[in-house]
Amino acid sequence: MLLPLTLEALLKIALLIAGLMTAAAYFVLLERWIAAWVQDRLGPNRVGVPLTKIRLFGLGQPIADGVKFLFKAEFTPGHVDKFIYFLAPMSIFAAAILVFAVIPFGSALPPNIFPASWGVGEPIQLVAAPGIDVGMIYVFAVGSIAVYGVVLGGWASNNKYSFLGGLRSGAQLISYELPLGLGILGVVLASGSLRLETIISQQAQSGAWNCFLQPLGFLVFAVASFAEAGRLPFDLPEAEQELVGGYHTEYSGIKLMMYLVAEFLHMITASFLIAILFLGGWHFWGLTDGGGPDGNTVTWVVAVLRIIVLLAKVMAMILFFMVVRWSWPRFRYDQLMDIGWKVMIPWGLANLIAVAVWVEYGDRIAHSLGLPPLLCMGLCGFVILLLGWYVATKADPTLNDNRPRRRLISPDRHVEKIEV
Amino acid sequence: MNANDKRIRWVKEPALGMAGKSYLLLFVQGLATTLKHLVSRKKTVQSPEERHEIPDPIIYRGVHRLNRDEQGRVKCVACFLCATACPAHCIDIVAAESPWPDREKYPQSFTIDELRCIYCGLCEEACPVDAIELTSLYDLSGKSREEMIFDKQKLLSIYDQTKDAEPTRTERLKGEGGGGKAE
Repeated sequence: MLLPLTLEALLKIALLIAGLMTAAAYFVLLERWIAAWVQDRLGPNRVGVPLTKIRLFGLGQPIADGVKFLFKAEFTPGHVDKFIYFLAPMSIFAAAILVFAVIPFGSALPPNIFPASWGVGEPIQLVAAPGIDVGMIYVFAVGSIAVYGVVLGGWASNNKYSFLGGLRSGAQLISYELPLGLGILGVVLASGSLRLETIISQQAQSGAWNCFLQPLGFLVFAVASFAEAGRLPFDLPEAEQELVGGYHTEYSGIKLMMYLVAEFLHMITASFLIAILFLGGWHFWGLTDGGGPDGNTVTWVVAVLRIIVLLAKVMAMILFFMVVRWSWPRFRYDQLMDIGWKVMIPWGLANLIAVAVWVEYGDRIAHSLGLPPLLCMGLCGFVILLLGWYVATKADPTLNDNRPRRRLISPDRHVEKIEV
Repeated sequence: MNANDKRIRWVKEPALGMAGKSYLLLFVQGLATTLKHLVSRKKTVQSPEERHEIPDPIIYRGVHRLNRDEQGRVKCVACFLCATACPAHCIDIVAAESPWPDREKYPQSFTIDELRCIYCGLCEEACPVDAIELTSLYDLSGKSREEMIFDKQKLLSIYDQTKDAEPTRTERLKGEGGGGKAE
């Protein structure tokens, strides 16, 4: 009983780590491709099978990149705090990997694939640590450690740019943790569970994904994920034009690679969470229906289809992350903070209140209106979204002209307006 | 200057409308531009399999060549105008008495440091006999700095290499029927 379970867990962990490392390497290639395509270039297309002339559209590039990072001179500057300097990339990398313990990458395999004598009757859940009831809290607790990697790295580097990058990053990550939490709270409140598998199966059962029921929560969560992953337009931790390399300016070789891989893992985590919490996880209408009372008894075809659907959603989110990088300019730091505190948190709260009211009175409201409850909730959600957006537009908290020269002008001066 | 000086024109940028403030329109515009470029035709020239198309090799400023006259002799008369015009001081000429009756001097040695050269084309402009010209060859490389100092032999061989593809200025002007017409 214990041996097969241990084997199963180890196998899943090996699969996850190998898959994630490969994925991170290939996402670097994808990022470079998209960067190139958006700029009307071709991108890396030379490296193929090593030691041959076969090119394969440049699919060998990640191998070359990895080997390059491994063999690069690893320079430790003399002025750093050695212990913390080494600890920082390891902590951010370990935290980024650990999150995946509770993130499902499919639903479950069909039952009874092992001989009955092994004593494994339960279907194998496609998550490294199945059945954790506080999955969401675990994700948050471990995900927050990323802030340490960044702040410690910036501090230990003993360099102005690194320090500024670390500081900015610390403030940014902590500020956006709040809207991230508020976005999740809406989902948790509606589904009544912190378990990611349960949240998915509830969306699958009702067929209404959370992004249709709580569009405002979806928006808040998505924007906060961009900020948490440190992606443009929120990439202030490492704004190259201002901070050289930000918190990892002083890092090189394998330690730099750990930072960069951790950044990609954050993006993958964020995409997984968006797909699972708001886009229905592995569910797609009419494609992934299982049997049994809870709809989780699956055949091989359905099991594989569910994995494909989930990974397709994650992939779509990652592509969106990458295209966004080339679409919008970086926010100024005060604008970043304004968006976080004055727009995202109120939006998150509004969504949370709406969901709370709905959970308490929803059925009665829908009944009195004579509409299906889910349709009613979706309509409510979109009304809240439009209202929230309208209020934020009207109040416009991000437009604060804090340029000092404005105060120098005497009030009676004539100021011309530029004609548009 | 005082901020309240009457001569200063203070201008105020136009206020954002609702569409601008809501960020939605700009959001969609930005994404649309990116997506348009994502699928558009790529401009990369895949060197070395593909080569850049050089519209007019006569105008292009690549590696130098030393032209020969009809009898295959070096055209240069060692007047030092190119070396004088050169802002990078990369041309070194040693003049000697000419063995031929039609000119007084000829270059005994003529070297150009291709690594110092900034490819400005002033030598070409300065030359009174159209002896030095810039070709359209742009990808020159060498294994050492010494290898990149081109001597007279090398510069003449570049002429031999490129004379068919790129006629000299004299030939071009002749072809246009202008002869001695000034540019």
